[in-house]
Amino acid sequence: MALLCTENLDMRFGGLAALSDLNLAVPEGGLYGLIGPNGAGKTTVFNLISGFLQPTGGRIVWDGREITGEPPHRLTAWGIARTFQNIRLFGELSVLDNVLVGFHCRSHATWGEAVLRLPRYRREELDRRSRGLALLEEVGLAAAADQPAGKLPYGHQRRLEIARALATGPRCLLLDEPAAGLNPQETGDLIFFIRAIKDRYNLTILVIEHNLRLVMGLCQHLTVLDHGLTIAAGPPADIRKHPEVIRAYLGEERVAISS
Amino acid sequence: MRILNNVAIFITLAVAYNLINGVCGQLHLGPNAFITLGAYTAALLTMTPAEKTLNFLVTPLYWPLSQAALPFPAALLAGGLVAVAFALLTGFPVFRVRGDYLAIVTLGFGEVVRVLANNLQGVTNGPLGLKGLYPYTNLWWSWGVAVAATAVVAALVNSSYGRALNAIREDETAARASGINTFRHLLGAYLLSAFFFGVGGGLLAHLITTISPSLFTFFLTFNLLIIIVVGGLGSTTGAILAAAGFTLAGEWLRIVEEPAAIFGFTIPGIPGMRMVILSLALLLVIIFCRRGLMGRREFSWAGLGRRLRGGVAGSVPGAGKP
Ligand SMILES: Nc1ncnc2c1ncn2[C@@H]1O[C@H](COP(=O)(O)OP(=O)(O)OP(=O)(O)O)[C@@H](O)[C@H]1O
Ligand SMILES: [Mg+2]
Repeated sequence: MALLCTENLDMRFGGLAALSDLNLAVPEGGLYGLIGPNGAGKTTVFNLISGFLQPTGGRIVWDGREITGEPPHRLTAWGIARTFQNIRLFGELSVLDNVLVGFHCRSHATWGEAVLRLPRYRREELDRRSRGLALLEEVGLAAAADQPAGKLPYGHQRRLEIARALATGPRCLLLDEPAAGLNPQETGDLIFFIRAIKDRYNLTILVIEHNLRLVMGLCQHLTVLDHGLTIAAGPPADIRKHPEVIRAYLGEERVAISS
Repeated sequence: MRILNNVAIFITLAVAYNLINGVCGQLHLGPNAFITLGAYTAALLTMTPAEKTLNFLVTPLYWPLSQAALPFPAALLAGGLVAVAFALLTGFPVFRVRGDYLAIVTLGFGEVVRVLANNLQGVTNGPLGLKGLYPYTNLWWSWGVAVAATAVVAALVNSSYGRALNAIREDETAARASGINTFRHLLGAYLLSAFFFGVGGGLLAHLITTISPSLFTFFLTFNLLIIIVVGGLGSTTGAILAAAGFTLAGEWLRIVEEPAAIFGFTIPGIPGMRMVILSLALLLVIIFCRRGLMGRREFSWAGLGRRLRGGVAGSVPGAGKP
Protein backbone atom coordinates (compact mmCIF):
# COMPACT_ATOMS: atom_id res chain seq x y z
CA MET A 1 0.00 0.00 0.00
CA ALA A 2 1.16 3.50 -0.77
CA LEU A 3 2.68 5.58 2.01
CA LEU A 4 1.33 8.87 0.73
CA CYS A 5 -1.85 9.19 -1.34
CA THR A 6 -3.93 12.03 -2.59
CA GLU A 7 -7.48 11.26 -3.69
CA ASN A 8 -9.23 13.62 -6.09
CA LEU A 9 -7.38 16.55 -4.56
CA ASP A 10 -8.74 19.95 -5.59
CA MET A 11 -7.53 23.45 -4.85
CA ARG A 12 -9.18 26.61 -6.09
CA PHE A 13 -8.12 30.16 -5.30
CA GLY A 14 -11.25 32.16 -5.94
CA GLY A 15 -12.01 31.43 -9.58
CA LEU A 16 -8.63 29.90 -10.34
CA ALA A 17 -8.41 26.12 -10.30
CA ALA A 18 -4.78 25.75 -9.23
CA LEU A 19 -5.13 21.99 -8.89
CA SER A 20 -7.87 19.65 -10.10
CA ASP A 21 -8.48 16.04 -9.27
CA LEU A 22 -4.97 14.99 -8.37
CA ASN A 23 -4.46 11.31 -7.60
CA LEU A 24 -1.01 10.44 -6.39
CA ALA A 25 0.14 7.22 -4.76
CA VAL A 26 3.72 7.26 -3.59
CA PRO A 27 4.87 3.88 -2.25
CA GLU A 28 7.19 3.56 0.72
CA GLY A 29 10.75 4.03 -0.52
CA GLY A 30 9.62 5.56 -3.80
CA LEU A 31 11.41 8.40 -5.57
CA TYR A 32 8.64 10.19 -7.42
CA GLY A 33 8.69 13.36 -9.45
CA LEU A 34 6.22 16.13 -10.09
CA ILE A 35 6.82 18.19 -13.21
CA GLY A 36 5.02 20.76 -15.28
CA PRO A 37 5.38 24.26 -16.67
CA ASN A 38 5.26 27.44 -14.57
CA GLY A 39 2.07 27.88 -12.62
CA ALA A 40 1.03 24.27 -13.19
CA GLY A 41 0.19 23.80 -9.52
CA LYS A 42 3.21 21.82 -8.35
CA THR A 43 4.03 23.91 -5.30
CA THR A 44 0.34 23.96 -4.47
CA VAL A 45 0.48 20.16 -4.17
CA PHE A 46 3.28 20.48 -1.62
CA ASN A 47 1.47 23.19 0.28
CA LEU A 48 -1.55 20.91 0.53
CA ILE A 49 0.36 17.83 1.60
CA SER A 50 2.40 19.74 4.18
CA GLY A 51 -0.69 21.40 5.64
CA PHE A 52 -0.04 25.01 4.62
CA LEU A 53 -3.20 25.04 2.51
CA GLN A 54 -6.56 23.41 3.10
CA PRO A 55 -7.83 21.63 -0.03
CA THR A 56 -11.18 22.71 -1.44
CA GLY A 57 -11.87 19.06 -2.27
CA GLY A 58 -10.46 15.55 -1.94
CA ARG A 59 -8.40 13.82 0.71
CA ILE A 60 -4.80 13.21 1.63
CA VAL A 61 -3.90 9.87 3.20
CA TRP A 62 -0.65 9.23 5.01
CA ASP A 63 0.27 5.73 6.07
CA GLY A 64 -3.35 4.61 5.92
CA ARG A 65 -4.68 7.56 7.89
CA GLU A 66 -6.45 10.64 6.59
CA ILE A 67 -4.44 13.79 7.27
CA THR A 68 -6.41 16.36 5.28
CA GLY A 69 -6.48 19.67 7.12
CA GLU A 70 -3.88 18.82 9.78
CA PRO A 71 -1.52 21.68 10.71
CA PRO A 72 2.06 21.67 9.35
CA HIS A 73 3.82 21.09 12.68
CA ARG A 74 1.80 17.95 13.33
CA LEU A 75 2.46 16.60 9.85
CA THR A 76 6.16 17.19 10.40
CA ALA A 77 5.94 15.29 13.67
CA TRP A 78 4.29 12.44 11.78
CA GLY A 79 7.17 12.28 9.36
CA ILE A 80 6.46 14.58 6.42
CA ALA A 81 9.22 17.16 5.90
CA ARG A 82 9.62 19.66 3.10
CA THR A 83 11.86 22.30 1.59
CA PHE A 84 10.79 25.48 -0.17
CA GLN A 85 11.18 26.63 -3.72
CA ASN A 86 12.62 29.97 -2.60
CA ILE A 87 14.86 28.74 0.21
CA ARG A 88 13.58 29.58 3.68
CA LEU A 89 16.31 29.43 6.28
CA PHE A 90 16.55 31.12 9.66
CA GLY A 91 18.98 33.62 8.21
CA GLU A 92 20.37 35.13 11.41
CA LEU A 93 20.74 31.83 13.22
CA SER A 94 23.90 29.83 12.80
CA VAL A 95 24.03 26.91 10.41
CA LEU A 96 24.13 24.52 13.36
CA ASP A 97 21.18 26.24 15.04
CA ASN A 98 19.13 25.86 11.87
CA VAL A 99 19.60 22.13 12.07
CA LEU A 100 19.01 22.07 15.83
CA VAL A 101 15.64 23.78 15.29
CA GLY A 102 14.74 20.79 13.14
CA PHE A 103 15.52 18.42 16.02
CA HIS A 104 13.42 20.47 18.45
CA CYS A 105 10.13 18.86 17.43
CA ARG A 106 11.43 15.48 18.62
CA SER A 107 12.32 16.67 22.10
CA HIS A 108 10.37 15.62 25.16
CA ALA A 109 11.72 18.04 27.75
CA THR A 110 9.19 20.67 28.86
CA TRP A 111 9.74 24.43 29.19
CA GLY A 112 10.46 24.03 32.88
CA GLU A 113 13.03 21.30 32.31
CA ALA A 114 14.70 23.45 29.66
CA VAL A 115 14.90 26.57 31.85
CA LEU A 116 16.16 24.62 34.86
CA ARG A 117 18.49 22.51 32.70
CA LEU A 118 17.21 19.30 34.26
CA PRO A 119 18.89 16.02 33.29
CA ARG A 120 16.42 15.00 30.58
CA TYR A 121 16.81 18.35 28.84
CA ARG A 122 20.60 18.25 29.11
CA ARG A 123 20.71 14.74 27.72
CA GLU A 124 18.47 15.66 24.79
CA GLU A 125 20.44 18.82 24.05
CA LEU A 126 23.76 16.98 24.04
CA ASP A 127 22.29 14.32 21.80
CA ARG A 128 20.86 16.98 19.45
CA ARG A 129 24.20 18.73 19.20
CA SER A 130 26.19 15.63 18.40
CA ARG A 131 23.64 14.48 15.84
CA GLY A 132 23.43 17.98 14.40
CA LEU A 133 27.18 18.14 13.90
CA ALA A 134 27.17 14.67 12.36
CA LEU A 135 24.42 15.74 9.98
CA LEU A 136 26.34 18.85 8.96
CA GLU A 137 29.40 16.70 8.41
CA GLU A 138 27.36 14.48 6.15
CA VAL A 139 26.00 17.31 4.00
CA GLY A 140 29.42 18.95 3.87
CA LEU A 141 28.63 22.01 5.95
CA ALA A 142 30.51 21.19 9.15
CA ALA A 143 33.10 23.88 8.48
CA ALA A 144 30.38 26.53 8.34
CA ALA A 145 28.57 25.37 11.50
CA ASP A 146 28.96 28.68 13.35
CA GLN A 147 28.28 31.01 10.43
CA PRO A 148 24.94 32.74 10.01
CA ALA A 149 22.87 30.65 7.61
CA GLY A 150 21.93 33.71 5.55
CA LYS A 151 25.59 34.27 4.60
CA LEU A 152 26.10 30.87 2.99
CA PRO A 153 26.50 30.55 -0.77
CA TYR A 154 23.33 29.54 -2.56
CA GLY A 155 24.17 25.89 -3.15
CA HIS A 156 25.06 25.43 0.51
CA GLN A 157 21.80 27.06 1.57
CA ARG A 158 19.92 24.44 -0.44
CA ARG A 159 21.82 21.68 1.31
CA LEU A 160 21.26 23.23 4.69
CA GLU A 161 17.55 23.40 4.08
CA ILE A 162 17.53 19.71 3.24
CA ALA A 163 19.63 18.98 6.34
CA ARG A 164 17.14 20.88 8.49
CA ALA A 165 14.31 18.85 7.00
CA LEU A 166 16.25 15.65 7.71
CA ALA A 167 16.73 16.73 11.32
CA THR A 168 12.98 16.55 11.88
CA GLY A 169 13.26 12.79 11.40
CA PRO A 170 11.08 12.38 8.31
CA ARG A 171 9.89 9.26 6.54
CA CYS A 172 8.95 11.29 3.50
CA LEU A 173 10.75 14.27 2.06
CA LEU A 174 9.11 16.80 -0.26
CA LEU A 175 11.74 18.70 -2.27
CA ASP A 176 10.53 21.76 -4.15
CA GLU A 177 12.89 22.46 -7.05
CA PRO A 178 16.09 21.56 -5.20
CA ALA A 179 18.20 22.23 -8.30
CA ALA A 180 16.83 25.69 -9.04
CA GLY A 181 19.69 28.13 -9.48
CA LEU A 182 22.41 25.50 -9.37
CA ASN A 183 25.04 25.08 -12.09
CA PRO A 184 25.40 21.71 -13.90
CA GLN A 185 28.23 20.61 -11.64
CA GLU A 186 26.22 21.38 -8.49
CA THR A 187 23.16 19.71 -10.02
CA GLY A 188 25.14 16.52 -10.57
CA ASP A 189 26.31 16.59 -6.97
CA LEU A 190 22.75 17.15 -5.84
CA ILE A 191 21.43 14.06 -7.63
CA PHE A 192 24.12 12.02 -5.97
CA PHE A 193 23.29 13.62 -2.63
CA ILE A 194 19.54 12.97 -2.90
CA ARG A 195 20.16 9.31 -3.73
CA ALA A 196 22.57 9.01 -0.81
CA ILE A 197 20.24 10.45 1.82
CA LYS A 198 17.35 8.44 0.48
CA ASP A 199 19.22 5.19 1.08
CA ARG A 200 20.75 6.28 4.35
CA TYR A 201 17.51 7.43 5.96
CA ASN A 202 15.11 5.03 4.21
CA LEU A 203 13.23 7.96 2.76
CA THR A 204 10.33 8.22 0.43
CA ILE A 205 10.93 11.26 -1.77
CA LEU A 206 8.64 13.40 -3.85
CA VAL A 207 10.52 15.99 -5.86
CA ILE A 208 9.33 18.92 -7.94
CA GLU A 209 11.71 19.81 -10.68
CA HIS A 210 11.89 22.09 -13.65
CA ASN A 211 15.04 20.58 -15.00
CA LEU A 212 13.77 17.64 -17.07
CA ARG A 213 17.10 15.98 -17.54
CA LEU A 214 17.59 15.85 -13.79
CA VAL A 215 14.17 14.48 -13.05
CA MET A 216 14.25 11.89 -15.84
CA GLY A 217 17.48 10.49 -14.49
CA LEU A 218 16.51 10.64 -10.85
CA CYS A 219 12.90 9.55 -10.53
CA GLN A 220 11.24 6.19 -11.04
CA HIS A 221 7.83 7.72 -11.64
CA LEU A 222 6.65 11.11 -12.88
CA THR A 223 3.38 12.97 -12.68
CA VAL A 224 2.98 15.82 -15.16
CA LEU A 225 0.74 18.73 -14.31
CA ASP A 226 -0.45 21.51 -16.56
CA HIS A 227 -2.88 24.18 -15.43
CA GLY A 228 -3.70 22.04 -12.41
CA LEU A 229 -4.61 18.99 -14.48
CA THR A 230 -2.73 15.72 -14.50
CA ILE A 231 -1.86 15.24 -18.14
CA ALA A 232 0.33 12.19 -17.75
CA ALA A 233 1.74 9.86 -15.15
CA GLY A 234 4.15 6.95 -15.41
CA PRO A 235 7.79 5.95 -15.67
CA PRO A 236 10.11 8.59 -17.20
CA ALA A 237 10.60 6.56 -20.39
CA ASP A 238 6.85 6.69 -21.11
CA ILE A 239 6.55 10.34 -20.13
CA ARG A 240 9.27 11.28 -22.58
CA LYS A 241 7.15 9.90 -25.42
CA HIS A 242 3.77 11.11 -24.20
CA PRO A 243 2.31 13.41 -26.90
CA GLU A 244 0.51 15.72 -24.49
CA VAL A 245 3.62 16.17 -22.41
CA ILE A 246 5.66 16.96 -25.46
CA ARG A 247 3.12 19.53 -26.47
CA ALA A 248 2.60 21.12 -23.06
CA TYR A 249 6.06 20.97 -21.68
CA LEU A 250 8.80 19.56 -23.83
CA GLY A 251 7.50 21.50 -26.79
CA GLU A 252 8.81 24.73 -25.37
CA GLU A 253 12.19 23.18 -24.79
CA ARG A 254 12.40 21.59 -28.25
CA VAL A 255 11.67 24.95 -29.75
CA ALA A 256 14.18 26.57 -27.46
CA ILE A 257 16.85 24.03 -28.36
CA SER A 258 16.28 24.05 -32.07
CA SER A 259 16.27 27.81 -32.37
CA MET B 1 18.00 54.09 46.76
CA ARG B 2 14.84 54.78 44.92
CA ILE B 3 16.69 55.17 41.67
CA LEU B 4 18.55 51.88 42.08
CA ASN B 5 15.23 50.20 42.75
CA ASN B 6 13.87 51.82 39.64
CA VAL B 7 16.80 50.52 37.60
CA ALA B 8 16.14 46.98 38.82
CA ILE B 9 12.43 47.15 38.07
CA PHE B 10 13.05 48.47 34.58
CA ILE B 11 15.58 45.72 33.98
CA THR B 12 12.91 43.17 34.93
CA LEU B 13 10.34 44.77 32.65
CA ALA B 14 12.75 45.26 29.74
CA VAL B 15 14.09 41.72 29.88
CA ALA B 16 10.55 40.35 29.84
CA TYR B 17 9.53 42.70 27.04
CA ASN B 18 12.56 41.81 24.98
CA LEU B 19 11.58 38.15 25.17
CA ILE B 20 8.35 38.67 23.30
CA ASN B 21 9.32 41.63 21.13
CA GLY B 22 12.97 41.00 20.40
CA VAL B 23 13.36 37.24 20.58
CA CYS B 24 9.96 36.20 19.22
CA GLY B 25 9.72 39.24 16.97
CA GLN B 26 6.08 39.96 17.83
CA LEU B 27 5.26 43.66 18.22
CA HIS B 28 3.44 43.45 21.54
CA LEU B 29 2.32 46.93 22.62
CA GLY B 30 0.45 46.08 25.79
CA PRO B 31 2.93 45.56 28.63
CA ASN B 32 1.40 48.49 30.50
CA ALA B 33 -1.81 46.46 30.83
CA PHE B 34 0.01 43.61 32.55
CA ILE B 35 2.02 45.99 34.73
CA THR B 36 -1.20 47.70 35.83
CA LEU B 37 -2.78 44.38 36.75
CA GLY B 38 0.26 43.34 38.76
CA ALA B 39 0.49 46.69 40.50
CA TYR B 40 -3.16 46.80 41.54
CA THR B 41 -3.31 43.16 42.55
CA ALA B 42 -0.23 43.36 44.72
CA ALA B 43 -1.29 46.70 46.23
CA LEU B 44 -4.77 45.48 47.11
CA LEU B 45 -3.32 42.41 48.75
CA THR B 46 -0.72 44.11 50.94
CA MET B 47 -2.89 46.97 52.22
CA THR B 48 -4.42 46.35 55.61
CA PRO B 49 -8.21 46.38 55.90
CA ALA B 50 -7.94 49.65 57.84
CA GLU B 51 -5.94 51.35 55.06
CA LYS B 52 -8.45 50.11 52.54
CA THR B 53 -11.37 51.73 54.35
CA LEU B 54 -9.36 54.95 54.44
CA ASN B 55 -8.72 54.79 50.69
CA PHE B 56 -12.09 53.66 49.44
CA LEU B 57 -14.22 56.61 50.47
CA VAL B 58 -16.53 56.87 47.48
CA THR B 59 -17.30 53.20 46.84
CA PRO B 60 -16.27 50.62 49.41
CA LEU B 61 -13.97 47.83 48.29
CA TYR B 62 -15.70 44.54 47.56
CA TRP B 63 -15.36 41.67 49.97
CA PRO B 64 -13.16 39.50 50.08
CA LEU B 65 -10.54 41.95 48.81
CA SER B 66 -11.48 44.31 51.61
CA GLN B 67 -10.35 41.77 54.20
CA ALA B 68 -7.37 40.25 52.39
CA ALA B 69 -3.91 41.02 53.68
CA LEU B 70 -0.98 39.00 52.41
CA PRO B 71 2.74 39.26 52.99
CA PHE B 72 4.60 41.17 50.28
CA PRO B 73 6.16 38.19 48.44
CA ALA B 74 2.80 36.44 48.22
CA ALA B 75 1.20 39.63 46.92
CA LEU B 76 3.93 40.00 44.26
CA LEU B 77 3.39 36.42 43.19
CA ALA B 78 -0.36 37.00 43.02
CA GLY B 79 0.24 40.09 40.87
CA GLY B 80 2.31 37.98 38.51
CA LEU B 81 -0.32 35.25 38.39
CA VAL B 82 -3.17 37.67 37.68
CA ALA B 83 -1.14 39.04 34.77
CA VAL B 84 -0.58 35.47 33.56
CA ALA B 85 -4.32 34.79 33.79
CA PHE B 86 -4.98 37.87 31.67
CA ALA B 87 -2.35 36.67 29.20
CA LEU B 88 -3.98 33.25 29.01
CA LEU B 89 -7.32 34.89 28.28
CA THR B 90 -5.94 37.23 25.63
CA GLY B 91 -3.35 34.87 24.14
CA PHE B 92 -5.84 33.09 21.93
CA PRO B 93 -7.08 36.16 20.04
CA VAL B 94 -3.63 37.78 20.04
CA PHE B 95 -1.81 34.95 18.33
CA ARG B 96 -4.45 34.42 15.73
CA VAL B 97 -3.05 37.51 14.06
CA ARG B 98 0.43 38.75 13.27
CA GLY B 99 2.31 41.90 12.50
CA ASP B 100 0.44 45.19 12.53
CA TYR B 101 -2.76 43.49 13.64
CA LEU B 102 -1.08 41.97 16.64
CA ALA B 103 0.33 45.39 17.52
CA ILE B 104 -3.10 46.98 17.37
CA VAL B 105 -4.83 44.25 19.36
CA THR B 106 -2.24 44.44 22.14
CA LEU B 107 -2.24 48.23 22.04
CA GLY B 108 -5.92 47.99 22.95
CA PHE B 109 -5.17 46.06 26.16
CA GLY B 110 -3.47 48.97 27.87
CA GLU B 111 -6.47 51.17 27.18
CA VAL B 112 -9.00 48.51 28.19
CA VAL B 113 -7.26 47.88 31.49
CA ARG B 114 -6.95 51.60 32.17
CA VAL B 115 -10.63 52.20 31.48
CA LEU B 116 -11.49 49.30 33.75
CA ALA B 117 -9.22 50.66 36.47
CA ASN B 118 -10.92 54.04 36.15
CA ASN B 119 -14.42 52.65 36.32
CA LEU B 120 -14.37 49.61 38.56
CA GLN B 121 -14.43 51.83 41.61
CA GLY B 122 -15.32 48.99 43.94
CA VAL B 123 -12.05 47.25 43.10
CA THR B 124 -9.59 49.95 42.09
CA ASN B 125 -10.96 53.08 43.72
CA GLY B 126 -11.24 54.60 40.23
CA PRO B 127 -9.22 57.64 39.21
CA LEU B 128 -8.34 58.38 42.83
CA GLY B 129 -6.10 55.35 42.86
CA LEU B 130 -4.52 53.76 45.92
CA LYS B 131 -2.49 55.81 48.35
CA GLY B 132 -0.28 55.11 51.28
CA LEU B 133 1.04 51.68 50.28
CA TYR B 134 3.75 50.45 52.58
CA PRO B 135 7.10 50.88 50.78
CA TYR B 136 8.00 47.21 50.85
CA THR B 137 10.12 47.40 47.72
CA ASN B 138 13.76 47.50 48.74
CA LEU B 139 16.98 46.65 46.97
CA TRP B 140 16.74 43.00 47.97
CA TRP B 141 13.36 42.54 46.40
CA SER B 142 13.85 44.65 43.32
CA TRP B 143 17.28 43.25 42.47
CA GLY B 144 16.30 39.74 43.51
CA VAL B 145 13.46 39.82 41.02
CA ALA B 146 15.64 41.43 38.35
CA VAL B 147 18.28 38.73 38.72
CA ALA B 148 15.66 35.97 38.73
CA ALA B 149 13.89 37.37 35.67
CA THR B 150 17.17 37.72 33.80
CA ALA B 151 18.29 34.23 34.78
CA VAL B 152 15.02 32.62 33.72
CA VAL B 153 14.71 34.52 30.45
CA ALA B 154 18.37 34.00 29.54
CA ALA B 155 18.11 30.28 30.33
CA LEU B 156 15.02 30.02 28.17
CA VAL B 157 16.49 31.97 25.27
CA ASN B 158 19.62 29.82 25.30
CA SER B 159 17.63 26.61 25.31
CA SER B 160 16.07 24.59 22.56
CA TYR B 161 12.83 26.51 23.15
CA GLY B 162 14.63 29.83 22.74
CA ARG B 163 16.08 28.59 19.48
CA ALA B 164 12.57 27.76 18.33
CA LEU B 165 11.37 31.25 19.30
CA ASN B 166 14.24 32.80 17.34
CA ALA B 167 13.30 30.60 14.41
CA ILE B 168 9.72 31.87 14.54
CA ARG B 169 11.01 35.43 14.37
CA GLU B 170 13.28 34.63 11.43
CA ASP B 171 10.72 32.79 9.32
CA GLU B 172 7.48 31.54 10.77
CA THR B 173 6.58 29.43 7.74
CA ALA B 174 9.88 27.61 7.86
CA ALA B 175 9.49 27.18 11.62
CA ARG B 176 6.11 25.53 11.14
CA ALA B 177 7.52 23.29 8.44
CA SER B 178 10.28 22.33 10.90
CA GLY B 179 7.67 20.98 13.27
CA ILE B 180 7.30 23.93 15.63
CA ASN B 181 3.85 24.56 17.02
CA THR B 182 4.20 28.32 16.72
CA PHE B 183 1.05 29.12 18.65
CA ARG B 184 2.13 27.18 21.71
CA HIS B 185 5.64 28.54 21.62
CA LEU B 186 4.53 32.15 21.31
CA LEU B 187 1.91 31.66 24.01
CA GLY B 188 4.57 30.26 26.34
CA ALA B 189 6.79 33.30 25.84
CA TYR B 190 3.81 35.61 26.21
CA LEU B 191 2.79 34.03 29.53
CA LEU B 192 6.31 34.18 30.91
CA SER B 193 6.70 37.83 29.97
CA ALA B 194 3.27 38.57 31.49
CA PHE B 195 4.38 37.04 34.78
CA PHE B 196 7.39 39.30 35.05
CA PHE B 197 5.36 42.34 33.98
CA GLY B 198 2.94 41.55 36.80
CA VAL B 199 5.66 41.10 39.40
CA GLY B 200 7.42 44.23 38.15
CA GLY B 201 4.16 46.13 38.47
CA GLY B 202 3.81 44.98 42.09
CA LEU B 203 7.34 46.15 42.84
CA LEU B 204 6.71 49.48 41.17
CA ALA B 205 3.53 50.03 43.19
CA HIS B 206 5.34 49.42 46.47
CA LEU B 207 8.19 51.66 45.44
CA ILE B 208 6.17 54.74 44.60
CA THR B 209 3.48 53.86 47.17
CA THR B 210 0.75 55.72 45.30
CA ILE B 211 -0.80 54.29 42.17
CA SER B 212 -3.54 55.49 39.90
CA PRO B 213 -4.66 54.54 36.38
CA SER B 214 -2.90 57.58 34.89
CA LEU B 215 0.45 56.11 35.91
CA PHE B 216 0.21 53.23 33.45
CA THR B 217 -0.50 54.85 30.12
CA PHE B 218 1.00 53.86 26.79
CA PHE B 219 3.90 56.12 27.72
CA LEU B 220 5.20 53.32 29.95
CA THR B 221 5.09 50.83 27.07
CA PHE B 222 6.74 53.41 24.85
CA ASN B 223 9.62 53.80 27.30
CA LEU B 224 10.11 50.04 27.39
CA LEU B 225 10.05 49.91 23.62
CA ILE B 226 12.74 52.58 23.42
CA ILE B 227 14.82 50.64 25.93
CA ILE B 228 14.76 47.37 24.02
CA VAL B 229 15.29 49.01 20.65
CA VAL B 230 18.28 50.96 21.93
CA GLY B 231 19.63 47.86 23.64
CA GLY B 232 19.28 45.84 20.46
CA LEU B 233 16.11 43.87 19.80
CA GLY B 234 16.62 40.29 20.86
CA SER B 235 19.60 40.88 23.13
CA THR B 236 18.96 40.34 26.84
CA THR B 237 22.29 41.98 27.65
CA GLY B 238 21.27 44.99 25.59
CA ALA B 239 17.93 45.21 27.35
CA ILE B 240 19.66 45.27 30.75
CA LEU B 241 22.22 47.90 29.73
CA ALA B 242 19.63 50.11 28.09
CA ALA B 243 17.18 49.79 31.00
CA ALA B 244 19.87 50.87 33.43
CA GLY B 245 21.09 53.65 31.15
CA PHE B 246 17.62 54.93 30.44
CA THR B 247 16.55 55.03 34.08
CA LEU B 248 19.76 56.65 35.26
CA ALA B 249 19.80 59.16 32.42
CA GLY B 250 16.18 60.04 33.10
CA GLU B 251 17.12 60.79 36.68
CA TRP B 252 20.32 62.76 36.01
CA LEU B 253 18.72 64.76 33.27
CA ARG B 254 16.35 66.20 35.82
CA ILE B 255 19.15 68.69 36.36
CA VAL B 256 18.63 70.20 32.91
CA GLU B 257 15.07 71.01 33.82
CA GLU B 258 16.14 73.08 36.78
CA PRO B 259 17.26 76.70 36.46
CA ALA B 260 21.02 76.81 36.16
CA ALA B 261 23.75 79.41 35.88
CA ILE B 262 26.48 78.70 33.36
CA PHE B 263 29.26 81.25 32.80
CA GLY B 264 27.13 83.91 34.36
CA PHE B 265 24.15 83.26 32.11
CA THR B 266 21.06 82.17 33.90
CA ILE B 267 19.14 79.48 32.05
CA PRO B 268 15.58 79.01 33.20
CA GLY B 269 14.47 75.41 33.73
CA ILE B 270 12.63 74.01 30.76
CA PRO B 271 10.14 71.32 31.74
CA GLY B 272 10.18 68.41 29.33
CA MET B 273 13.79 69.07 28.27
CA ARG B 274 14.67 65.64 29.64
CA MET B 275 12.51 63.89 27.12
CA VAL B 276 13.91 65.99 24.29
CA ILE B 277 17.43 65.01 25.17
CA LEU B 278 16.49 61.35 25.59
CA SER B 279 14.75 61.39 22.23
CA LEU B 280 17.82 62.91 20.61
CA ALA B 281 19.98 60.22 22.18
CA LEU B 282 17.60 57.61 20.81
CA LEU B 283 17.80 59.18 17.38
CA LEU B 284 21.59 59.06 17.48
CA VAL B 285 21.60 55.40 18.48
CA ILE B 286 19.21 54.54 15.68
CA ILE B 287 21.24 56.48 13.13
CA PHE B 288 24.68 55.25 14.16
CA CYS B 289 23.89 51.71 15.19
CA ARG B 290 20.74 50.70 13.47
CA ARG B 291 20.49 47.47 15.41
CA GLY B 292 20.89 48.93 18.87
CA LEU B 293 23.88 48.90 21.16
CA MET B 294 24.22 45.13 21.26
CA GLY B 295 22.58 44.01 18.01
CA ARG B 296 21.57 40.47 18.78
CA ARG B 297 24.78 39.70 20.60
CA GLU B 298 24.97 38.64 24.21
CA PHE B 299 27.59 39.03 26.85
CA SER B 300 29.45 35.82 27.64
CA TRP B 301 32.53 35.09 29.70
CA ALA B 302 33.95 32.99 26.89
CA GLY B 303 33.50 35.89 24.50
CA LEU B 304 35.14 38.28 26.95
CA GLY B 305 38.06 35.91 27.37
CA ARG B 306 38.44 35.62 23.62
CA ARG B 307 38.45 39.38 23.24
CA LEU B 308 41.00 39.89 26.01
CA ARG B 309 43.31 37.27 24.55
CA GLY B 310 42.82 38.43 21.01
CA GLY B 311 43.51 42.07 21.88
CA VAL B 312 41.62 44.25 19.46
CA ALA B 313 40.79 41.45 17.04
CA GLY B 314 37.83 43.08 15.41
CA SER B 315 36.73 39.94 13.68
CA VAL B 316 35.71 38.31 16.94
CA PRO B 317 32.77 40.12 18.48
CA GLY B 318 33.57 40.18 22.17
CA ALA B 319 30.13 39.09 23.15
CA GLY B 320 29.44 36.35 20.65
CA LYS B 321 26.68 33.93 21.50
CA PRO B 322 28.10 30.72 22.91
N1 LIG C 1 -1.84 31.15 -1.93
C1 LIG C 1 -2.27 31.38 -3.19
N2 LIG C 1 -3.28 32.25 -3.41
C2 LIG C 1 -3.71 32.48 -4.67
N3 LIG C 1 -3.22 31.88 -5.76
C3 LIG C 1 -2.22 31.01 -5.61
C4 LIG C 1 -1.70 30.71 -4.32
N4 LIG C 1 -0.70 29.81 -4.45
C5 LIG C 1 -0.62 29.55 -5.78
N5 LIG C 1 -1.53 30.26 -6.47
C6 LIG C 1 -1.74 30.20 -7.93
O1 LIG C 1 -1.93 28.86 -8.28
C7 LIG C 1 -1.27 28.56 -9.50
C8 LIG C 1 -0.31 27.42 -9.30
O2 LIG C 1 0.78 27.90 -8.53
P1 LIG C 1 1.98 27.00 -8.05
O3 LIG C 1 2.86 27.83 -7.20
O4 LIG C 1 1.48 25.75 -7.47
O5 LIG C 1 2.72 26.69 -9.43
P2 LIG C 1 4.05 25.89 -9.69
O6 LIG C 1 3.70 24.73 -10.53
O7 LIG C 1 4.76 25.60 -8.44
O8 LIG C 1 4.86 26.93 -10.58
P3 LIG C 1 6.41 27.25 -10.58
O9 LIG C 1 7.05 26.28 -11.51
O10 LIG C 1 6.49 28.63 -11.13
O11 LIG C 1 6.91 27.15 -9.21
C9 LIG C 1 -0.61 29.85 -9.95
O12 LIG C 1 -1.44 30.45 -10.91
C10 LIG C 1 -0.54 30.67 -8.71
O13 LIG C 1 -0.62 32.03 -9.01
MG1 LIG D 1 6.49 26.15 -7.58
